[in-house]
Amino acid sequence: MFLLIGRRLLQSMVTVIAAVTLIFLLFSVIPGTFVSSLAGDKRDIDPKVLERIETELGLNDPLPTRFANYIGNLVRGDLGTSFATQRPVTAVLSARIWASFKLACAAIGFAVIVGLPLGFVAAVKQGTWMDTTAMMTAVSGLSIPAFWFGLLTMYFISLKLGWLPTFGYGNGGFRHLILPALTLGIAPMALLARTSRAAVLETMNADFIRTARSKGNTETRIVVRHMARNAFVLVLTTIGLQFGSMLGGSVVIENLFAWPGIGALLTQSVSMRDIPMVQGCILLIVLFFLVINTLVDIAYLLIDPRIRYR
Amino acid sequence: MSYRHRLKTLLVAAAIAVASPMGASWAQGPIPGGTLHLAAPYGAALKSLDPHVTYNSQDLVVSKAFHRALYTWDSSNNAPALDLAELVSTSEDGKTYTYRLFDNIYFHNGRKLTSDDVIWSYTRIMDPTKGYPGSVQVSTLAGAKEYAEGKAKEISGLKKIDDRTFSMTFNDFVDPGMMFFEAITAILPREEVESGKFLTHPVGLGPFAFVDHVEGSRISGKKFDKYYKQGKPYADAVDFTISGDSSALDMAFRAGELDATVLSENAYVLYKADPELSKGLIEISELFTRHMGFNTEKPPFNDVRVRQAINYAVDRDIIIKKLLKDKAYKATGWLPATSPAFDKERQPYPYDQAKAKALLAEAGYPNGFEFTATVTDGTSSLGVLEAMMPFLKEVGITANAKVVDSNTLVDEMDQGLAAAWFRSAGTGPDPINALRCFDSRVSRPACNRSAFKDTAYDAILDEAAAERDPSKRIDLIKKADGYIFEQAPVWFNNYNKAVVATQPWIHGVDANVTEAAIIEVDSLWLDDNAPGR
Repeated sequence: MFLLIGRRLLQSMVTVIAAVTLIFLLFSVIPGTFVSSLAGDKRDIDPKVLERIETELGLNDPLPTRFANYIGNLVRGDLGTSFATQRPVTAVLSARIWASFKLACAAIGFAVIVGLPLGFVAAVKQGTWMDTTAMMTAVSGLSIPAFWFGLLTMYFISLKLGWLPTFGYGNGGFRHLILPALTLGIAPMALLARTSRAAVLETMNADFIRTARSKGNTETRIVVRHMARNAFVLVLTTIGLQFGSMLGGSVVIENLFAWPGIGALLTQSVSMRDIPMVQGCILLIVLFFLVINTLVDIAYLLIDPRIRYR
Repeated sequence: MSYRHRLKTLLVAAAIAVASPMGASWAQGPIPGGTLHLAAPYGAALKSLDPHVTYNSQDLVVSKAFHRALYTWDSSNNAPALDLAELVSTSEDGKTYTYRLFDNIYFHNGRKLTSDDVIWSYTRIMDPTKGYPGSVQVSTLAGAKEYAEGKAKEISGLKKIDDRTFSMTFNDFVDPGMMFFEAITAILPREEVESGKFLTHPVGLGPFAFVDHVEGSRISGKKFDKYYKQGKPYADAVDFTISGDSSALDMAFRAGELDATVLSENAYVLYKADPELSKGLIEISELFTRHMGFNTEKPPFNDVRVRQAINYAVDRDIIIKKLLKDKAYKATGWLPATSPAFDKERQPYPYDQAKAKALLAEAGYPNGFEFTATVTDGTSSLGVLEAMMPFLKEVGITANAKVVDSNTLVDEMDQGLAAAWFRSAGTGPDPINALRCFDSRVSRPACNRSAFKDTAYDAILDEAAAERDPSKRIDLIKKADGYIFEQAPVWFNNYNKAVVATQPWIHGVDANVTEAAIIEVDSLWLDDNAPGR
């Protein structure tokens, strides 16, 4: 297992370096700079001042110099200072990471709690009305745009029923978390339902299930002990991928629900060409994704001891 | 009904809409207490809590709760008014103003406001390495530019007389109220700004003291007990939800979670049709002019006849009615309807395609031409261009859209790469400042995006700036605006009609033409029906 973690760390470093380099180069070639965002900010600044700001921010330095400075700082754990807020990137990120993590956990929790049983029931009751209903729910969940689903939940649950607040973070309590988590979790829930159904169906006809039946095991025991365990390897991959992408991929939901997460920060920083902030956000998202995937790999070993990594 | 008459009717209706709910409620008198639930409705985050740093409307909305400038915007008179001081004297040449600060003004940290704070704040704004937006205003002070260029150690136009008295000397004859009413020139406590905590824990002179900021979601404040206006603020606390999503804001408003918010075009139509919601609408002709700018240095837009032809070729009435859902006023010049120098007599370019074709033929384009306009995605930019296309096609002009983000748009305009572009320009409240955007001596990045050059026009502006008689000054400004109208360096689209929706339980919402969402929060109060009580 330690070998696996070591190997994963090594691979992750390569991925991080590639991501960081790519983002750096991308922002060097796309039109518009942070200084353009200042001029667009309803103000008309003396061009000489703009030039001074560019110089101070190092935007006029040659590309290799800027890249070397960035990497040098990164190695020291310094992500730089946000052009826009003039605050350390790490401070801004740490103020947002918890909200994003909480939302991602709640959304994946909802997806697992609803999606997995739905998929299992659909597989076990294949061809019945329960299967049809479960799969219709899954297809709907995948095809409904998250933005529209969010508005629907706002309309019915907040506006019509008055059960929950429409939007905002409140004091970070559970009531404000429910609607965005539901909205963010609906697509992964549907995907999990479909994946788990397919995985269970595949294992249902396997030899070891027949053996378990012939040994006189009850159906519940067969489903829980044998089918679920084997199907879970495939399901875990889906959970890992979905969870990993939630940190940066929830922009629409975060904006809709005024949720103070990393996704909304990233889009805002991109539009302002706040390069240190963008790099910080992407680095965090990549790291999160890699950590989750490493954890999933470790979980494979625990669930199915037959799996070996070379 | 003539356009002028219709505009007048609309403005009167807006005034009545504002006055009616307030008038009824003021009969009871303001009731103290409760929490105000407002929106910062132009984006998913605030740019900065330092008011000197940011000129985003989003941040200005919030700054009104925590900070104060020397002047404030008085919506009832549609003009700036002194806020922190009284005017002691004005020099004979009209360039030096002496102020005496009120004796009861305190920062949220408990320290009394002094002349040093005013001088330090304005000097900070001129820091040449920062490019603070307020430097445009402060640079009107004598010696400010010299300070910024490192030729002087202080701004010579700022003089401390005693702890409460100071004077400001300007280079030219200007209205200081127009220069120093926004949060970008707020008076800040030096010790707090330099403490390093100011960016996360702002301290100001405003009616509410900062409590909490959840970045990207909420900022809140509590009533400042030592606020200098007796009895104000009425509310105990204020809570701004930061959200640029108009659908979510609409839902939250309808659910009663917001006391007031600005409306999008689509929401405006729905609210206007609703018998209950329509009662709380405040319509405001804002000081913004939406336009399509032309690069006057390059053909075909270097020819005034081509620029005029486009102004004649498009039926703006139908665009405003159908696309913008009547949430705009047709533009009759650069200065908007609520500008002090708006020329009510001037008629807009009529929709006259025959005239447009004749002008194009005269300019050497009898078969029209093709051009590309740089636009951002959105109804008032790409949407309007797409609505213009069939009208332009009728006169032989093929318009193409190059859709970019706002930063790229700024770059394309500033580098003279764009042939035409769509923008909403702040055109007030100071009309001379607004008209400087066509001054030959002003560079593209500093506002003159069209690179319009006409010394006759510059001379009118200079004459207006030097004129001390208010009515003659206004006449000259109108003349300059008329000149620009004739020269048409832009296609005059519309003046934004901002609409603020208010709940029946909130009172004291003012109609701020500089930006509708900037509400004078110290005057707001909630009656007994408010959920925030």
